[in-house]
Amino acid sequence: MEDTITAISTPIGVGGIGIVRISGSKSLDIARKLFRTKAGKKIKDYKNRYFYYGKIVDSEGKTVDEVLMVIMLAPNSYTKEDIVEIHCHGGIVPLRQILKLTIQQGARLAQPGEFTKRAFLNGRIDLAQAEGIMDLICAKTETAAKASIQHMEGILSERIKNMRENLIDLLARIEVTIDYPEEDIEEIEAKRCIESLTYINKEIDRLLATADRGKLIRQGIKVVIVGKPNVGKSSLLNALLRENRAIVTDIPGTTRDIIEESLDINGVLVRILDTAGIRKAKDIIEDIGIKRSIQNMKEADLVLWVMDATRIIDKEDLEIAESIKEKKKIVILNKVDNHVIIDLNNVKEYIEGVPVIRTSAILGQGISDVEKRIYDMVMSGKIQADDELMITNIRHQEALMRANEHIRDALDALKDNVALDLVSIDIRGACDALGTITGESVTEDLIDKIFSEFCLGK
Amino acid sequence: MEFYAGYYDVIVVGAGHAGCEAALAAARLNCKTAVFSISLEGIAMLACNPSIGGTSKGHLVREVDALGGEIGINTDKTFIQIRMLNTGKGPAVHSLRAQADKRNYHMSMKLTLENQNNLDVKQGEVKEIKVRGNRVDGIVLTTGEYYKCRAVVLATGVYLKSRVIIGEFSINSGPSGLFPANYLSQCLKDLGFSLRRFKTGTPARVNKRSIDFTKMKEQPGDEIIIPFSFMNDSIIRKQVPCWLTYTNQHTHEIIRQNLHRSPLYSGMIEGVGARYCPSIEDKVVKFKDKESHQVFIEPEGLNTMEMYVQGMSTSMPVDVQIAMHRTVPGLENVEIMRPAYAIEYDCIDPTQLKLSLESKDIEGLFFAGQINGSSGYEEAAGQGIIAGINAVQYVRNNPPLILDRSQAYIGVLIDDLVTKGTNEPYRMMTSRAEYRLLLRQDNADIRLTEIGRKIGLVDNKRYDRYMKKKELIEKELERVKEIIISPTEKILEFLERKGTTLIKSGITLYDLLKRPEIGYDDLKEIGLDNEVLGRQEREQVEIQIKYEGYIKKQIRQAEQFKKMENKIIPDDIEYDDIKGLRIEARQKLKEIKPRSLGQASRISGVSPADISVLMVYLEKMRRLKNIGG
Repeated sequence: MEDTITAISTPIGVGGIGIVRISGSKSLDIARKLFRTKAGKKIKDYKNRYFYYGKIVDSEGKTVDEVLMVIMLAPNSYTKEDIVEIHCHGGIVPLRQILKLTIQQGARLAQPGEFTKRAFLNGRIDLAQAEGIMDLICAKTETAAKASIQHMEGILSERIKNMRENLIDLLARIEVTIDYPEEDIEEIEAKRCIESLTYINKEIDRLLATADRGKLIRQGIKVVIVGKPNVGKSSLLNALLRENRAIVTDIPGTTRDIIEESLDINGVLVRILDTAGIRKAKDIIEDIGIKRSIQNMKEADLVLWVMDATRIIDKEDLEIAESIKEKKKIVILNKVDNHVIIDLNNVKEYIEGVPVIRTSAILGQGISDVEKRIYDMVMSGKIQADDELMITNIRHQEALMRANEHIRDALDALKDNVALDLVSIDIRGACDALGTITGESVTEDLIDKIFSEFCLGK
Repeated sequence: MEFYAGYYDVIVVGAGHAGCEAALAAARLNCKTAVFSISLEGIAMLACNPSIGGTSKGHLVREVDALGGEIGINTDKTFIQIRMLNTGKGPAVHSLRAQADKRNYHMSMKLTLENQNNLDVKQGEVKEIKVRGNRVDGIVLTTGEYYKCRAVVLATGVYLKSRVIIGEFSINSGPSGLFPANYLSQCLKDLGFSLRRFKTGTPARVNKRSIDFTKMKEQPGDEIIIPFSFMNDSIIRKQVPCWLTYTNQHTHEIIRQNLHRSPLYSGMIEGVGARYCPSIEDKVVKFKDKESHQVFIEPEGLNTMEMYVQGMSTSMPVDVQIAMHRTVPGLENVEIMRPAYAIEYDCIDPTQLKLSLESKDIEGLFFAGQINGSSGYEEAAGQGIIAGINAVQYVRNNPPLILDRSQAYIGVLIDDLVTKGTNEPYRMMTSRAEYRLLLRQDNADIRLTEIGRKIGLVDNKRYDRYMKKKELIEKELERVKEIIISPTEKILEFLERKGTTLIKSGITLYDLLKRPEIGYDDLKEIGLDNEVLGRQEREQVEIQIKYEGYIKKQIRQAEQFKKMENKIIPDDIEYDDIKGLRIEARQKLKEIKPRSLGQASRISGVSPADISVLMVYLEKMRRLKNIGG
């Protein structure tokens, strides 16, 4: 029997309705745990291929979304397996939460193209399409791979690697005394295993807690704030975040590196980047900062072009205007609480059809207009997030959840005084799970570790 | 002058631990078989340490035994000490290790070969494998004999172009002063095999009379002997001890001062050695902070004064060897009888083989043991028996016997070698086995006897024993589920004495045995054990009950694994036709030619997406075939 897979099967962030699809023998079981109707009807009473109205609840019984659910029993479904589709609101938040709940209940996040692959393997799709399916798997995997670890925050990928490294270390200490019982190597104590595993367990919990806010991997709409020095870019960022994240001074060139934060605008996830003001650099560090600004600007889904309303448009503004000519953008006229002298006619050709919002970042004026405009642009489909990134994020969450399940099992076993060579089965499972994020295999790393750390042999 | 000397179904080249198993298996399966050895003194020679088994290696011995092989029986006949290691840990990693009498081991195995029907034992150096088309046709000896045959098993050990190195001195020689095989390497190259050079080594042998054992710690054997072979329930024998001592800073100082004279560091040795078999100079250099290293003094046999110095493997010049040995407590006046040496030899890249251990390119040519890049007697024996069986299967046009990773350590070993290859002499380790709780040494017979029976290697005696054991275990498992004990005074006193929680109402014996504090033999104290059960049955009942949860978990994992192993890739697949594969994956798949999707998924450079693509392609081909047929 194949395992049960789950995925969001509609584009994310666009359209009013989104669908989470589950396929496999456990589909109905999972639906039973998540779906509630008003009348309290039982899943087994649902008719095949009828829509039912109800709500999806989480493990604590809290409503996640109002949905329509339909079940399609094997073999009369796309994959010829039992399929459940949950039609919910199209925003990123409900889709992601429902997907996560299906994973918690035992489904596995589908690999790229996996529904179609199953449809084919189960004889649903005819032969002529086989090539197409292979291409699809290939192409989708490529984008997924691109979206994978390289998009992970440097620090976070370090943390995951460190955890895995710690687990491998622990494993090596257990395994070496098994494979080399006669060497004078101190046996690792259960107490130490418990300490290490408890620490990693908590660390994973911490990571998972931040995962939903998009911090696990950099995902969401990439919005970059640009503008010449000292027009109030950092003030704008702080105003959007409603906190003092960036250092704001009136000295031009204060922001030297990229500051990145995540923002949730009514469920639309936004990565917002404050960049160094673009001008001729005064020193090497500022120069690096400016180069990064330009790079980020190129990759932006949306540019917030900040201009100082109290100054006239000059050559630096025009250079920026030229460099973001092709970008989707919003013009921010900042510092409107002061005497406004700017004349936008000088950049008319660059801002045709571009929304202009007047703000005072310091006073918080116009900030909600900026948010609303970003939200509208996403919802109307003018700008789009990369779906693959969100899926990757969930894939990583899934891996972390699995790793933690193994670690909890290992901890339980240790507390029951189970022999270490049995506990190591679960520790290995946790390593395997984290390895799906970092793309490394346990056996080789383990054996390398054993021979590099311990002096063994005849 | 070449002359026709006769015909055999199967010819085995080399009579080490792989060759002996291969030859015996082929002959016992009623094939006309010959085994050739450069020197008959080299038959089943324990060229390095006089010990058999150890962690995971002991498992291999039991597996070969269960299939109907000889290594377990021969060890039981000739051991002079035996111990079960890791008894403080879970049952999956309990491991038997024996010290064998080196000469007896050789003599006893030699006699077994000599007495085996259908088997001729011959001295001679094979210089050429004759191939007709892409099939094995025979072998030619340096002395001119041409033997025609259907299948050849190459089990040449460390003999191919071997070179022994002791300090600045080196000589083309096999182990222990035996002749090297100088011709076969070239023949293998001409047949298209890529060869590489590996290195191993062995420590010095010293005279027992020159050792002061009062400065060492005695290491006795187990009081109750548990034999290797499932054919032996118990053995009573007087055992001899091993001895433990340590190196110290003086030893290390001497080694450091003379490093420039070590061929390992002077560049004289080009072969790749194993990380797990470092010489003492390696240990001193790589683990600078370690103040001392263990040295075990092990007897080479009952009728010799030679002792093996485990832990002091080296390729230093003899004067340095003498000096460093004499710094070790108890070895102050030691007399070295045979100096330690390093040995280099040719071996093949095992990815050129199928899982059956047959060459991918030449039909009927099988490889087993160190020639495949492995190390160790037990690893050799495991490959030997499989190569021998499969040579016979080939001769009879039967499908090969392939054990998978969930069935046996032998399966893990061969799959690792032929799927991933190896960059150093490969040693078995329990950490390499994913399903180690299923692959225990105690249940090797339950895993493999039926398979051996089907192949034809398991005789009636062994099979009857196994069936009886199996039945006893099953009945006993039922019995303990039915018997309920109540909290009587006697029972409560027993539970208290065992330090386990008292019971308030009745529980089954089965549930009682799940408790870590209660072993099967403890039931004797309350008169509830089954006296009919022998040691092996008691052990099985206890393990199967105590570790049920973990065992079930691993069985589930193994079932998942099997699904992919059972998806067979046809031999005639054209990877170039599969567009969706990445280039790296395509190259690797063409090179390794995996037998199943499972094996394909273990090739480095083949991703899960490639496997998906392959799966779709295979289904496409299957349907096309159905339409066509």
